[in-house]
Amino acid sequence: MSVQKTAKAGGFGNWRSKMINPVLDKEFRLRMRSPRAMWTLFFYLLAIGLISLSAIYLTQELSGRSGTYNPEESRVLFYFLSFAQLGLISFMAPGLTAGVISGEREKQTLNLLLTTQQSSTTIILSKLLSSLSFMVLIVISTLPIYGIMFLYGGVSPKQLLLVFVFYLFMMLVLGSFGILFSTLLKRTMISVISTYGITLFIYAGTAILFFIMLSVWQQAVNNQGMTTSSYTWIGHILALNPATALYSILEPSFSDSVYTINRWNGGQTKGAPMALWQEFMIIYSVLSALALWLSVRKLRPRLKKK
Amino acid sequence: MENIQVNYEETVPMIQIRGLSKSFGSFQALKGIDLTIAKGTVFGFVGPNGAGKSTTMSILATLMAPDSGIAMVDGFDVTKHPHEVRKRIGYMPDFFGVYDQFKTMEYMHFYGASYGIPKAERDELIPNLLELVNLSDKKDAYVDTLSRGMKQRLCLARCLVHDPELLILDEPASGLDPRARIEMREILKELKTMGKTIIISSHILPELAEMVDEIGVIEHGLMRAIGNVNEIQNRLRVKRYLHIRLLDKMDEAETFLRDRPHVNKLLREEDKINVHFGGGDEEQAELLRSMMSYGFEIVSFSEAQSNLEDVFLEITRGGADPS
Ligand SMILES: Nc1ncnc2c1ncn2[C@@H]1O[C@H](COP(=O)(O)OP(=O)(O)OP(=O)(O)O)[C@@H](O)[C@H]1O
Ligand SMILES: [Mg+2]
Repeated sequence: MSVQKTAKAGGFGNWRSKMINPVLDKEFRLRMRSPRAMWTLFFYLLAIGLISLSAIYLTQELSGRSGTYNPEESRVLFYFLSFAQLGLISFMAPGLTAGVISGEREKQTLNLLLTTQQSSTTIILSKLLSSLSFMVLIVISTLPIYGIMFLYGGVSPKQLLLVFVFYLFMMLVLGSFGILFSTLLKRTMISVISTYGITLFIYAGTAILFFIMLSVWQQAVNNQGMTTSSYTWIGHILALNPATALYSILEPSFSDSVYTINRWNGGQTKGAPMALWQEFMIIYSVLSALALWLSVRKLRPRLKKK
Repeated sequence: MENIQVNYEETVPMIQIRGLSKSFGSFQALKGIDLTIAKGTVFGFVGPNGAGKSTTMSILATLMAPDSGIAMVDGFDVTKHPHEVRKRIGYMPDFFGVYDQFKTMEYMHFYGASYGIPKAERDELIPNLLELVNLSDKKDAYVDTLSRGMKQRLCLARCLVHDPELLILDEPASGLDPRARIEMREILKELKTMGKTIIISSHILPELAEMVDEIGVIEHGLMRAIGNVNEIQNRLRVKRYLHIRLLDKMDEAETFLRDRPHVNKLLREEDKINVHFGGGDEEQAELLRSMMSYGFEIVSFSEAQSNLEDVFLEITRGGADPS
């Protein structure tokens, strides 16, 4: 009897200790205890609340038919909110993750953690998971606002779900980049700046790159009579941009128009091989996996020499 | 996988360091250190600032890779089997932080869990450890409300949570007031009786002297001397310090002493003369005889026990004045 009992308890303990390892447990506790967590949540909700209120007000004003049922308006509102939320997430994720390792290094707790039995993978993934959980909590707390739009219609639950999956993915991507910089760079300040720098590049840099490439190639086509189809690859630059990827979720036809850019004369336009956001996810899955792998490798000094 | 431990039965030393070197940029912090510490030894690691004590200890704690040479803990190479090494060591860095939002108990539980100790075991173990370091009454206090000395003791308790065989303590007594130092020393003595091997670095040599079995003196990244305190004293032929007290004729005695053989240096105090003496027992006896026959009224003629501090200063050429 007693043997069975201990075996069972052990089994449960194992399951629990696998699900919630000490580092994760610590991260959860400490994060929720810090006043910063509360302020982050507070300002996030305040920002998203203000944005949606003004958006509602504006759409009502512009259409001039206040208070009436209008799915079209509701859809515009949904788009607007989706982008606003993406912006807020992109602003929050680097701030929450770019200090997780360097912060411990600065507080001189990292060495103690590194001499325990916890593996580098456990430490890195726990840091990521706890940051993600906190962000998910925040984003879920904004769901009631989306409820308003469901009342008016114009948005399908499937679309909403996809948008939330996309948010989760963005948190994962920016979170991995933040953790990588936090591992590689000694100072949190520099890590935070670098992570915001990368984030800015992902948004603005890729957009600028796209427009430069576009104008260069268009000129080349005009001057040398090249075929227009030779530069459809430029559309793929937009697959690096989260904003356009999100737009392709909201407007599925956008993917086709991007990949078949400027084929104004041909009727033989083929559909895009995959949606823009799908390509986005594939590219960034690889990048963030790479970032996490590097973080795990670089957390502890390399001891073995070849 | 079974046979990664080189097994020499009981004879495998707790620490084995061979030709360990480490550079930071062009600066050579360790220049080939050799050190062997047997199991159950309390080893005092002394040396001036920047000698390489913390660097050596970090390498032993698997936090830093050496450039060349090997370091083994209980037969495990620190670079090849860091996981096995971490199981066996409790490391207390010279500077460390705490998670201030944790309560003392949670802090201990976190590290206990990080070493894979099941909850039930921790529940029993942690109160005992807090008892050992006299922090039982602070078990529900937030860590950031603890004083520096308490944090230091907490960190020591943390080192012990997985019952390591080897304790690597980098200046565990730094920043503590005299009373707290005595407490720290008592704790270390208790750990010694528990059979732990301890390597402890410190600048507070007299305090180390009575509890360490061996000392190792490191300077500029090289081991200058290893052995027990007396051995080292002899090997380095540390000069003797004689305290001579006289009833009167102090000035005369001073002139007299100055001309004697083996007298290197004189230091006059109100009622006594301190002599920096280069000779051995026989020369010392001869000196006393000559003073007596000259007619000095000697109250006391004693050899000052040159303590660890003197040894240290002597070895590192920081100065040679008796204290
Ligand atoms: N991370 C580092 N980067 C560059 N130099 C370092 C680093 N760590 C140590 N050093 C240098 O290596 C030398 C040895 O340092 P170490 O900390 O081992 O000395 P120590 O014996 O512990 O001194 P102390 O008694 O002051 O603690 C010093 O000159 C120090 O400047
Ligand atoms: Mg040091």
